Amino acid sequence: MNGFGTFVQLVADGLAQGSLYAALALAIVLVNQATGLINFAQGGMAVLGSYIGMSVGNLLVPTNLILGVLIGIIVAVAASFGLGALIERFVMRRFQGGEEDTKVVATIGLLTLITGIIALIWGYNFLPYPFFFNTGLSFTVGGIAISLWSLTTFLTIVALMIVLQLLFTRTKVGLGLRAVADNPNSSALSGIRVGRMLMIGWGLAAALGTIAGILLAAKAQLNPGNFDAILVYALAAVIIGGVDSPSARSSRPSRSRCSRTSPAPMSPGSATT
Amino acid sequence: MLLELEHVAAAYGPVQVLEDVSLSVPEGSAVGILGANGAGKTTTLRAISGTVRVPSGSIRFKGNDIRGKRPELVAALGIAHVPEGRGALANLTVQENLRVGAYLRKDRAGIESDIAFLLDLFPNLERRYGSNGSALSGGEQQMMAIGRAFMAKPTLLVLDEPSLGLAPSTAKTVYTAIARLRDETGISMLVVEQNANLAFSVVDSAVVLETGRSVLTGSTAELRGNDEIRRAYLGG
Repeated sequence: MNGFGTFVQLVADGLAQGSLYAALALAIVLVNQATGLINFAQGGMAVLGSYIGMSVGNLLVPTNLILGVLIGIIVAVAASFGLGALIERFVMRRFQGGEEDTKVVATIGLLTLITGIIALIWGYNFLPYPFFFNTGLSFTVGGIAISLWSLTTFLTIVALMIVLQLLFTRTKVGLGLRAVADNPNSSALSGIRVGRMLMIGWGLAAALGTIAGILLAAKAQLNPGNFDAILVYALAAVIIGGVDSPSARSSRPSRSRCSRTSPAPMSPGSATT
Repeated sequence: MLLELEHVAAAYGPVQVLEDVSLSVPEGSAVGILGANGAGKTTTLRAISGTVRVPSGSIRFKGNDIRGKRPELVAALGIAHVPEGRGALANLTVQENLRVGAYLRKDRAGIESDIAFLLDLFPNLERRYGSNGSALSGGEQQMMAIGRAFMAKPTLLVLDEPSLGLAPSTAKTVYTAIARLRDETGISMLVVEQNANLAFSVVDSAVVLETGRSVLTGSTAELRGNDEIRRAYLGG
């Protein structure tokens, strides 16, 4: 394959990989906007959600592949939303009014706990995630092979971001979420139930993270540490994009991601690729 | 009686700010709270809206005990508090700020007609309708904050120093609008104000606070006639 073709393929894969970082970054920002803290457990929560989706999927796929995978994803997303909301209500709320550092350390503790729980139930081995199609499949456009997984991942994340954008700008819940993120005390004076909004914010973030987790697992299989490395890139995206702006978050990670995938294979030392 | 405070004490942590405050707001009336810096005016309002701990005393609104209720529940009962510093939602537009005010309302037609009323009351807000709260001048933010509180369709509007930090002419504009709001809607008000002349342009009666205690209550006319009040709050 010529150099240009390789380049285009790497860009396509990079966009897919990067959209995963973007999704996790966006989840982190959703929580940060609402509560002002960085949730280091965001990746761990996403992986837990993915395991739930895998278990449900494995139960149902023998009867119907598409439906089984789909139900697995829906259950995983719903469970993650609930789990995120419950973690806010029963864990993070207890640190309200305390030191910021304490809260952040608490999220690191959560990450450790969640990873441990996953390992306890499912073990440390890589497990295959049942998916709609073989993620090794690709199709050819103008002599350039594009991975079907890359395309699916990229489009899914873009669609999710559009949906979230509409949620925030066009719905009452979205207005409440933004108001609470902006000024919780002032929002409460307008009758908005701040605690409930925080739970919804955590739930949305967890659900979004889980979708990213499933897309990753479909390609790379499931492992308790699946998001450990990705969390680092997502945090980089969060910092470069600005921790307080969801729109900046979703647009800039593509850049941080491209620079991660592309340079290594394109460098002179690996010219054999 | 719409709102009744009896022997209310309040503290921020170990610091007791209110010792013994009693006041009442009859249905349909506007009551002012006068007092020097640190007298406890803002804390009294916070005690009502549930944003400060009230260890003793009673606070009754429409006959219900609201002491210790969370701010969102107090708001839902019909008290709209415009906090000190205006509490603008800086990253939301004027329009969104007003809609946040109407968060608990379901009557769409009523919401639209109230927004139209407010934009007529505050022409500045109409010009800045799509701007973020942070882009507004202090006066415009105050108008937006009053507008947001009004959008809740409250029984009682609680205003914390609407003139704070505003140029005298702007403060006057704001008070003219508050007076018109009262005339046209009959809404009850509780107004904290350091500038008693401004307060008297709106309220029927006032209570004077000194170091966390309510020391004097009277109608506007009575207070105007009181030498001490004149010296302390009306500039001679």
